[in-house]
Amino acid sequence: MYIPMNEMLKHFKQDVPTMANITHKSEQWSPYHDNSGTVLAVGIPGAVIVAGDTRLSNGYNIMSRDATKLSQLTDKCVLATAGQYADFIALRKFLQQRLQLYEFQNEVQASTETVAHLLSRELYSRRFFPYYTFNLLAGLDENNHGFVYGYDAIGSYDKMTYGVQGSGQELVVAVLDNQLKGYNKINKTIPQTREEILDIILDCFSCAAERDIHTGDNVEILIITSAGTERLIKPLRKD
Amino acid sequence: MIDFDPSTFGLAHTYQKEDKDEINTLKMPSAPQVIYRTLNGPTQTNGGNKLNNFKHGTTTLGFVFKEGILLAVDSRASMGSFLSSEQVRKVIEINEYLLGTMAGGAADCQYWLAYLANHCRTYELKNGSKLSVAAASKFLQGILIGYKNSGLSMGCMIAGSDLSGQHLYYIDNDGMRLKGDIFSVGSGSTYAYGVLDNHYRYEMSLNEAVELGIRAIYHATHRDTASGGVVRVYHIHQNGWTKVHDGIDVVDLHYQFAQQKGLVGDGDEAKQRLF
Repeated sequence: MYIPMNEMLKHFKQDVPTMANITHKSEQWSPYHDNSGTVLAVGIPGAVIVAGDTRLSNGYNIMSRDATKLSQLTDKCVLATAGQYADFIALRKFLQQRLQLYEFQNEVQASTETVAHLLSRELYSRRFFPYYTFNLLAGLDENNHGFVYGYDAIGSYDKMTYGVQGSGQELVVAVLDNQLKGYNKINKTIPQTREEILDIILDCFSCAAERDIHTGDNVEILIITSAGTERLIKPLRKD
Repeated sequence: MIDFDPSTFGLAHTYQKEDKDEINTLKMPSAPQVIYRTLNGPTQTNGGNKLNNFKHGTTTLGFVFKEGILLAVDSRASMGSFLSSEQVRKVIEINEYLLGTMAGGAADCQYWLAYLANHCRTYELKNGSKLSVAAASKFLQGILIGYKNSGLSMGCMIAGSDLSGQHLYYIDNDGMRLKGDIFSVGSGSTYAYGVLDNHYRYEMSLNEAVELGIRAIYHATHRDTASGGVVRVYHIHQNGWTKVHDGIDVVDLHYQFAQQKGLVGDGDEAKQRLF
């Protein structure tokens, strides 16, 4: 097939037509997909509440309406992840197996602080091909006080009292700053009871579902206390 | 691809492992291996900016004076234009006599300074004496040279106290290691340098030094969007380090400094200029 020289030259970066100079018109394949969704966690004395929506999306498509983003790793801690679902599954598998090994060898479950450090090291081991996951590790510490560890994609972490990750992060975290810390309020009425905080969390998810296309369907809530784990599912907008 | 042995924990691919005395038979998460085919192209088109926007943007400073070393840092972590945290701890307590500050990539600094802490402890157990600040900073420099051009981002200061006194080093992801008396690192460092260079004297007392550190960080947070939150101050002396301030809100400092200038916030200043 005869192709005119000027036509062929359009496909080369420079005027010299060598193999190294060929530009590809098609989009390069990427190993990353953002399955989005929102997760949040709040720690109070005696309990930690973790919530995540159950919508799994891929671009403008909804792949599933009941895909969980929460994973209970030990009796005391839960991993909540937003980002790429495949990486969440791989990370969860690694942590579950490694923590099971820890329990066999040490005859006691790993503390939340230990799990937090393990997660950070595992994320950093993939520093140059990261897990596309934005994690929150929520759990009870040695004094049964609830805390949340927030991570970025490569494992930097910090202990906090509440955290939000995912596509609705910007929408929700500002509300939590206002309600749980009393930022910019003159009369600071910080919620103390679990019921008040649950109300705020449900409100936050409703707000996120209104304004973020990737958040919706249902919100799954896990409440971890020293007595055990309680699971709630509440409906959200399905559009 | 380089053949990677998982038991070479923390060693960059250019290092040769000498002694096989590892008691670690478990498959622990190992140090990151550099992949030469960069994935920077695809991740930017598909994942947007989220994957490459690790926590950056900061102001940290440290200076040597007659009573030791003062370190002052802010506490803001930004991911792109979103503030991921206002309460970050940017001074990492390596051990009781060494401190490291964090600037650039938070995960890189946290990981490698924790690895340095591990190495210092191992050295202390094997050799019966503590690692000097010069040796510790040189060790970290060696690691970073091994990862040169791979995309790590770290601008940290190692400050500590050993038998020869208190020393301050600046370590960079390019492999730079500088010993000095005054350093400031981060997006707000230019503002901090202005204040520091103006009032720094070696003969300062501890109180004056703390005041200077706080003021320099405040001015940096005032003008730099990527710095803010609270100011944390540490003092290193011959017996180790002390945390002087755990978190002073820069908003409170703003009004405090304004009052010192005579601006009490009752609106009269504006009136005086209009009429």
